[in-house]
Amino acid sequence: MANEAVIPIHTDIDVVAARQKGRELATVLGFVSTDSTLLATAISELARNIIRYARYGEILISSVQSGDRVGITVVARDKGPGIANISLAMQDGYSTSGGLGLGLPGVKRMMDEFHLASDENNGTKVTIKKWKR
Amino acid sequence: MEVPILKQGLYLIASIQAALSDVDLLHLRDGLAEKVGKFRARGVIVDVTVLDVMDSFASRTLRDLAHMTRLRGAETVIVGIQPEVAFAMVQLGLTLEGVDTALDLEEGLAFLDKKTKRHTSRG
Repeated sequence: MANEAVIPIHTDIDVVAARQKGRELATVLGFVSTDSTLLATAISELARNIIRYARYGEILISSVQSGDRVGITVVARDKGPGIANISLAMQDGYSTSGGLGLGLPGVKRMMDEFHLASDENNGTKVTIKKWKR
Repeated sequence: MEVPILKQGLYLIASIQAALSDVDLLHLRDGLAEKVGKFRARGVIVDVTVLDVMDSFASRTLRDLAHMTRLRGAETVIVGIQPEVAFAMVQLGLTLEGVDTALDLEEGLAFLDKKTKRHTSRG
């Protein structure tokens, strides 16, 4: 498998495809199974957010190297309405869609790095990183 | 992928065989709520052993499923949540509150036997 994949996110089946792709790469890179599961779960939440808030978008999964560290970067991006209040969206329990409102803070907890960029004109881009232990 | 639902005595056993899409999960929820009536089941076991990811949607749908079947008069127990999956769920804040769980199918059956006995042995 190439160390980079782009998965268009449009339906609930794409959510499953995206997280399976993430797990596949994690396995290839030799991640411990707990971390593969955390990564797959995080990808699932990000893909779900794309469908819920923006209807469609895409997820990019790639391997990264920094010195002798190996990791995986996932970028979830859409051209949806964007997040009006980022600090509110990062609070546990907050949701504008009637969902559980646990998505983003939960994803941040599961990952080593987390970056969220969003505005109401350009949509939302979430970048997460998990390093191999 | 459709989840096969087996009838065993007073119980229904839904044994998930592969990763499920959201639509599959909703079918499972609605199918079980309906079959509880059709088979006059007193207990439901949902075996999630093969699920390698339990995200917010799956977790919420299973919770709804358990509550719906309870309203229909049957107890539900979720069995087979893998240790890594449990860890990821806790990180996400998904605790399946108000839903009974058991280690595996065997423990799930024992749990339902105990729980449904209380009702049937009265009077």
